[in-house]
Amino acid sequence: MLNSLAAISVAYVALLFAVAFFAERAARRGRGNWLRAPIVYTLSLSIYCTAWTFYGAVGSAARNGFEYMTIYLGPSLVLIGWWWVLRKLVRIGRAQRITSVADLISSRYGKSNLLGVGVTLLAVIGTTPYIALQLQSVTLSVEVFGHPGLPGTQGPTSTAFWVAAGLSVFTVIFGTRNLDANERHHGVVMAIALEAIVKLAALLAVGAFVVWGMSGGISGTLERIDASELGHWNVQGGRWVGLMLLSAAAFLCLPRMFQVLVVENDNDTQLRMAAWAFPLYLMLMSLFIVPIAVVGLDVLPEGSNPDLFVLTVPLSQGQDGLAMLSFLGGFSSATSMVIVAAIALSTMVSNHIVMPIWLRFTTGTASVSGDVRHVVLLSRRISIAGVLLLGYLYYAMSGGGTALATIGLVSFTGVAQVLPAMLGGIFWRGATRLGALAGIGTGFVIWLYTLYLPSFGPGVVLPDSFFAEGPFGIASLNPNALFGLDGLDPLLHAVLWSLTLNTVAFFAASLFSFPSPLERLQGAQFVNVTQAPGSARGWTQGVAQAEDLMVMSQRIIGASEAVALFQQAAREQGLDGHLPEPTPAFLQRLERELAGSVGAATAHAMIGQIVGGAAVSVQDLMAVADETAQMMEYSARLEAQSAELSRTAAQLRAANDKLTRLSVQKDAFLSQISHELRTPMTSIRAFSEILRDAQGLSDEEQSKYASIIQDEAIRLTRLLDDLLDLSVLENGQVSLNVGQGLLRDVLDRALAAASANEGERGLEVVRDPVAENIRLHTDTERLSQVFINLVTNARKYCDATAPRLTIRVEPHEDRVIVDFIDNGSGVATESQDMIFEKFARVSDQKAGGAGLGLAICRQIVVRLGGEISYLPGQGGGAFRVILPREFALAAQ
Amino acid sequence: MAGQVLLIEDEPNIIEAIKFILSRAGWDVATHSNGVDAAEVVRARAPDILILDVMLPGRSGYDILRELRDDPGFADLPVLMLTARGQSKDREMAERAGASRFMTKPFANADVLDAVRALTGA
Repeated sequence: MLNSLAAISVAYVALLFAVAFFAERAARRGRGNWLRAPIVYTLSLSIYCTAWTFYGAVGSAARNGFEYMTIYLGPSLVLIGWWWVLRKLVRIGRAQRITSVADLISSRYGKSNLLGVGVTLLAVIGTTPYIALQLQSVTLSVEVFGHPGLPGTQGPTSTAFWVAAGLSVFTVIFGTRNLDANERHHGVVMAIALEAIVKLAALLAVGAFVVWGMSGGISGTLERIDASELGHWNVQGGRWVGLMLLSAAAFLCLPRMFQVLVVENDNDTQLRMAAWAFPLYLMLMSLFIVPIAVVGLDVLPEGSNPDLFVLTVPLSQGQDGLAMLSFLGGFSSATSMVIVAAIALSTMVSNHIVMPIWLRFTTGTASVSGDVRHVVLLSRRISIAGVLLLGYLYYAMSGGGTALATIGLVSFTGVAQVLPAMLGGIFWRGATRLGALAGIGTGFVIWLYTLYLPSFGPGVVLPDSFFAEGPFGIASLNPNALFGLDGLDPLLHAVLWSLTLNTVAFFAASLFSFPSPLERLQGAQFVNVTQAPGSARGWTQGVAQAEDLMVMSQRIIGASEAVALFQQAAREQGLDGHLPEPTPAFLQRLERELAGSVGAATAHAMIGQIVGGAAVSVQDLMAVADETAQMMEYSARLEAQSAELSRTAAQLRAANDKLTRLSVQKDAFLSQISHELRTPMTSIRAFSEILRDAQGLSDEEQSKYASIIQDEAIRLTRLLDDLLDLSVLENGQVSLNVGQGLLRDVLDRALAAASANEGERGLEVVRDPVAENIRLHTDTERLSQVFINLVTNARKYCDATAPRLTIRVEPHEDRVIVDFIDNGSGVATESQDMIFEKFARVSDQKAGGAGLGLAICRQIVVRLGGEISYLPGQGGGAFRVILPREFALAAQ
Repeated sequence: MAGQVLLIEDEPNIIEAIKFILSRAGWDVATHSNGVDAAEVVRARAPDILILDVMLPGRSGYDILRELRDDPGFADLPVLMLTARGQSKDREMAERAGASRFMTKPFANADVLDAVRALTGA
């Protein structure tokens, strides 16, 4: 019997190997569309139904009636409501290349490896007993065949060891075949789908046998159920709700469930089918649980282990074949769970514990020091073996004495601690890393203290006294009655406290902490995954060398895959070669591809090593800072330009003003000329008409009018002479008659000429003949013209009652200064700068001149190499003429 | 019967010429040669017609005319403006200031006489 059992088991395992192998090969050859069929996905979800469900559900029903149904109802609700949670989770998983539940949490909270490690540890601690449970169930079921009717021989056996070893081999072979970024374990999933069918078929077969073979059909079965205690609908509302919640949470958080639900998921269509098909599967699985339990209790002797009724009932009826099928069903349940759990856990351990440590010891050399791919695979394989070894050790140590269902629920509660951080992370952008750490940490500690450690039994880990009066006599810390909450079912008590405090800590710490930039970027991507598949976490371009990235990628995802990936990226960038530019978009895509192999945090770190950036957040901030700096520089440039423009504008304005002034001056000049010409002409015309037309003019009148005409004609001539003179001087066409002369002689001539012109007013002239005795080399004719003008002006404009002009001579080495100072009121300050302009008569008082005198003076003095200026503050009108002694010395 | 003419002009020879022309035609000609107090002189004399030069020492003829036109007593006083600047903008300014007639120097004596006669309606 045992031999045939062993033979059938080996044959079955060989079948699984074959299925996995062919599925894998088909997938590799690209003929794997059917592998992604929604039905395969749905069946793979059946790893939820482990040996615990296969055997334990009947046990649970035998002990607690219909309560086992809660374990099926929770996941069913999750799948029926897939639109809200699962869809989002799956999309995030695909978009971010999430490899495990630890990776999800780590990635969401700023790629925090601390969180990754924490969730990994939690998962390992929570899953190890579960794996032990599977080993135990296989061992027990084998023993049932060895000792029919007398199950329950306990103790570590070689069976458990060999089962663990065999599973290790299978998992290593099909779970770590390759490290494609698109990694999906087609072989494993296919094998699991097959096992799902086997276990369903087995359970249905046993059920059918019990109902129709032993109870005489449905009505007979119903009578039997009614007759037994189980028929009494005995529902503890609180416990039911608690268990449903727990199983729903576990369905999402269990590493193996996350593996098949999210990591292996390919598209939304799979989910859509699973949404109805998987609850149906669960319903079929639970269909015959109660009949089997009732019949088992009826038929088998008192004290038989109800967890093994599925096997022992057919055996007791001599149905060896059916028992064998049932055994295979249980075997399938156990192995599929162990395989997927081992893959999931090994991925987590490898990505979050082994790889970071390995990277730390090889810092900066990830791209050049050996084959990362090899390291990843090796670390996963070792992790798989390690996980199974842990499970085996746990089984060997604990002796497998606890009821199967209890271990399952303890495990569920442990992994459910991830739920608040997971749901909070995908629905609430405000969730922070600190919140996740606080929540998971709090929940983990409470779970350990109130459920996990007590599950070993009082006195094993926690002393008896803890349960009697609380640790150290503190009753409110009693593991079964925290804070005085007494009288609750221990499981419910633990679930309530751990999840409540977990959630509270998560929200509180999230609200009181501030997310890092990377966390916020990731948070936005996770929460908004359904709206915008794009991404905000950019690598900044530039430093990364495409070759380095290529070398690294080859080592992680394999040579041909890496080349294909890089080529495609290069093509998309419009480049011909094999290497794309390391644009932020490409780096991000590459990071995701790598994340599929080594996890988000590790992939990020590895690219970070090559790109040279410590963290994206810093890079992003730098980019932002750069942009800001550029903006500031640009703005500074704009300001400079604007300043230049305003300078230019000011210059233009000045030029325009000057032109306008010039234009005004020209207008004024023409106007002045007109006035100066028309005024004498008016007199001339008027009087010539009078002389012509008027009758009876006296001789005296005739003579007077004729002389007016003559005077005005002379004035007109002088004006024209002045104008011409000025014009010649301004155009530089004047020819100077340079010769030797005494300054005194020039002044004498000028004063004589001036007094000859204007004799009616007495002007006292004060001179210093000694000082005037200076020899000059200049055009004395022109110089005297200047002096005449100045003296005439003094004579005209000095408004003192006793006008006096002081001529002060101040000889210097190479030049001489001649000041003409009168005792009048002088020129008003505002007019001083314009008196040298043409027609600039300071007052409108009749002066006889055309207002050209000073303008001509200035022109002459400048020609002679000197300068003329108004000298303020001399107590009257004062002009200063500075002349070079030697005309030659002056710059002509 | 001709009335009184007030001539405000700073050029002595022109004053003499106009005075001669108008006096011979029977007008009583008073003269003033400063812009500063010209308006007061006009008010004091209250002539039948004012001949006003633009370029006057102390104050421009336009300003004097504007002040007079603002005074109700002289708003309708006939004013003949004389200017030695013959540009059109000078004419515009004169019209805006309220000149009854504008005449550019040099002028024909007969024109002055005709203008005075026309403006006074004599």
